Amino acid sequence: MAESTDRQGFLSRCRTWIDERFPWTDTVDRHATKYYAPRNFNVWYVFGALSFFVLLLQLVTGVWLTMSYEPTGEGAFASIEYTMREVDFGWLIRYLHSTGASAFFVVVYIHMFRGFAYGSYRKPRELIWLIGMGIYLVLMAEGFFGYLLPWGNMSYWGAQVIVSLVGAIPFFGPDLMEWVRGDFVMSEITLNRFFALHVFALPGALVVLVFVHIVALHHVGSNNPDGIEIKSKKDENGVPLDGIPFHPYYTVHDFLAIVVFLIVFCAVVFYAPEMFGYFIEKPNFEIANPISTPEHIAPVWYYTPFYAMLRAATFPLFGIDAKFWGLVVMAGAILIPAALPWLDKSPVRSIRYKGRISKLMLALFVTSFIVLGYLGTIPPSAFATLLAQIGTIVYFSYFLLMPWYTRREKTKPVPDRVTG
Amino acid sequence: MTDSESNLVTRRYLLLATSGVAAVGAAAAAVPFVRSWTPSAKARALGAPIRVDISKLEPGELLGPVPKWRGQPIFVLYRTESFLNSLGQDASKLADPQSKKSTQPDYARNEYRARDVRPEIGVYLGLCTHLGCSPQHYDESKARKKVANWKGGFFCPCHGSRFDMAGRVEKNFPAPTNLVVPPYRYETEDVIVIGEDTEVA
Repeated sequence: MAESTDRQGFLSRCRTWIDERFPWTDTVDRHATKYYAPRNFNVWYVFGALSFFVLLLQLVTGVWLTMSYEPTGEGAFASIEYTMREVDFGWLIRYLHSTGASAFFVVVYIHMFRGFAYGSYRKPRELIWLIGMGIYLVLMAEGFFGYLLPWGNMSYWGAQVIVSLVGAIPFFGPDLMEWVRGDFVMSEITLNRFFALHVFALPGALVVLVFVHIVALHHVGSNNPDGIEIKSKKDENGVPLDGIPFHPYYTVHDFLAIVVFLIVFCAVVFYAPEMFGYFIEKPNFEIANPISTPEHIAPVWYYTPFYAMLRAATFPLFGIDAKFWGLVVMAGAILIPAALPWLDKSPVRSIRYKGRISKLMLALFVTSFIVLGYLGTIPPSAFATLLAQIGTIVYFSYFLLMPWYTRREKTKPVPDRVTG
Repeated sequence: MTDSESNLVTRRYLLLATSGVAAVGAAAAAVPFVRSWTPSAKARALGAPIRVDISKLEPGELLGPVPKWRGQPIFVLYRTESFLNSLGQDASKLADPQSKKSTQPDYARNEYRARDVRPEIGVYLGLCTHLGCSPQHYDESKARKKVANWKGGFFCPCHGSRFDMAGRVEKNFPAPTNLVVPPYRYETEDVIVIGEDTEVA
C-alpha cells in the first residue's frame, strides 16, 4: 500500500510541485481536456490546426536555412546554390520551406473561406477575426520579404515592382520608397533589412499574434457549421450539451488532417517543388541583374488576385493618375475582409441558413478570387484587363453590398441544437 | 471640494503629464530607428556622379543600360536627325508631350528633353515610371516588327508601357510620366557627367 502510493506519488508529486509554481494542470484543463468544442465540426475546421502546423514547419526549416544562408549581394544567390547542392539534405530543407510558404497560403485561404461561409467573424468573434487579419497581413509581408532573399532575378524585379508601389503615394511616395530600400535602387542594403525582418521581426510578430488569436478563440469558444452558440445549452455541470473535449477528440482529428496534409505536401516537395513556375519562378534561377528585367513579371500565386486588381485600375480619377488608384484598389481588396463583422447584417451566421443571394454572392466572390488569381499570372492584354475589372467589381460587391442583401433576403430557421 | 476629490484631480493630472512625457520620449527614441533606414553614407557615396564617353556613339545608337548611376541603369541615346525633326508630330498620341508632369532638370524641359549644347543626345534613367522595371530599346526596324506604325523608342516588358526616342510615354499605357532625365552636364563635347549639373567641381 505504502509502496504503491510512493510510486504513484512521484509523478503526481512532481505535478503538484509544478502546479504550485506554474498553472500547468489548470492550463491543460482550460485549453485541452476541459475545453469544449462543438461536436459538429466538419473538414473545413482542420485548416486552423494545419496553419499552426505549417507555421511550426516554417519556423524550424527557416532556422535551418539561415545556417547556410549569407545575406549579402555577392553571397546570397551562391549560398542558396550551396544549400541546394552541397549541404546534406539542404535541398529538402529549402524545398520544405519554399513549398511551405505556398502551403501556408493554401491552408490560410481555406481557413478564411471557412470563416466567410459559417460567419465565424460575427459577434462575439470580431476580435478573433481582426487578429486573424493581422496574421494574414504579417504573413503576406513575410512572404514578400522572404522572396527577395534568394537574390534571383525575379526576386529582385518582383521586389522592385512592389516597392515602387509605395512610390504611387502622393507627396511622400518617392522619399518613402528610398526609405524602405535604404538606397536609390534595390541593393544589398535592402537585402540585409529584408533578411532581418523576415528572420527576426515578422516571425516574432506572427507567433505573438497566433498566440493571441488562440487565446481570444478559447475565451469565446469556437463557432460551428450551424453558426449557433453551443454555450447556450449546458448540462447540470456547466458542460455544453453539444460540446466535446478538445483533447482527445479534436487532437486526434487534427493529427489525422496533418497526416493527410503531409502526404499531399510531400508529393509536391519531392516531385514538383517549383510547381511549374508557380511556387518558384523560372527567372529566379538566374542571379539578380539590376539592369535586365525578366520578360514577364508576375508575383507568386498567392498575391496574384490582388496584383490583377492593381493592374485593373487603368484610368485616372479626380485628377490623380491610375498608378495611385491601383494601389488604393489593391490595399482596399486586402483589407476589406476586416470589415466583415460589421457588414454582415443577417439574423443568422451560417451560410446553411442564409438566403439564396448570400449563397450566390459567396460563390461569385470565390469565382472572382480564382479568376483574378489566374489573370494576375498572365501578361496584360485588353481582354484580360476588362475581365480583371469585372472581377474587381464582383470582389468588392460581395463586401459592399452585404449590408443590403443580408438584411433583405429570407433566411431559413436555425435549429435549436447542432446538426450532423 | 473635499480633500480626496482634489487628490483624485491631482492624480489624474499627474498621470496625464507623465504619460505625455513618456509619449514624447518614445517618439524621440523612435527617431534613430526610423532614420537608420535612410540611405547610409556608403549608399550615398556610391551615388557619386559618373563620367560617360560618347565619342564612339553613332546616330541611332544606344549606350546603355551599362553605365549605372546610383545603381540605376542609364540610357544614352544618339537620336537621328529625322527623329528630332518629327518631335512635334505625334503629340496627340503622347500622355505628356510637353513634359509638364515629368521629372527632368529645367534645362531638359524642352521639346527634345536634352541640354541645348547637344540636343541629339538623350540621357534617361532606364527605369519605367510605372513600377520601375527596365524598358528595352527598340530601334526603328525592330519596332516596326513588334508593332505596326511604331517608330521605336522604349518598351517596358512588365506592364507594356511604350516610350518614344525622347522617353515620352504614349497615352493609355500604365506609366504616368515620361522617362526621368537625370541631372547631367558636358565636361567636354564627348564626355557627359551624369549625376551633377553645376558647372563647378
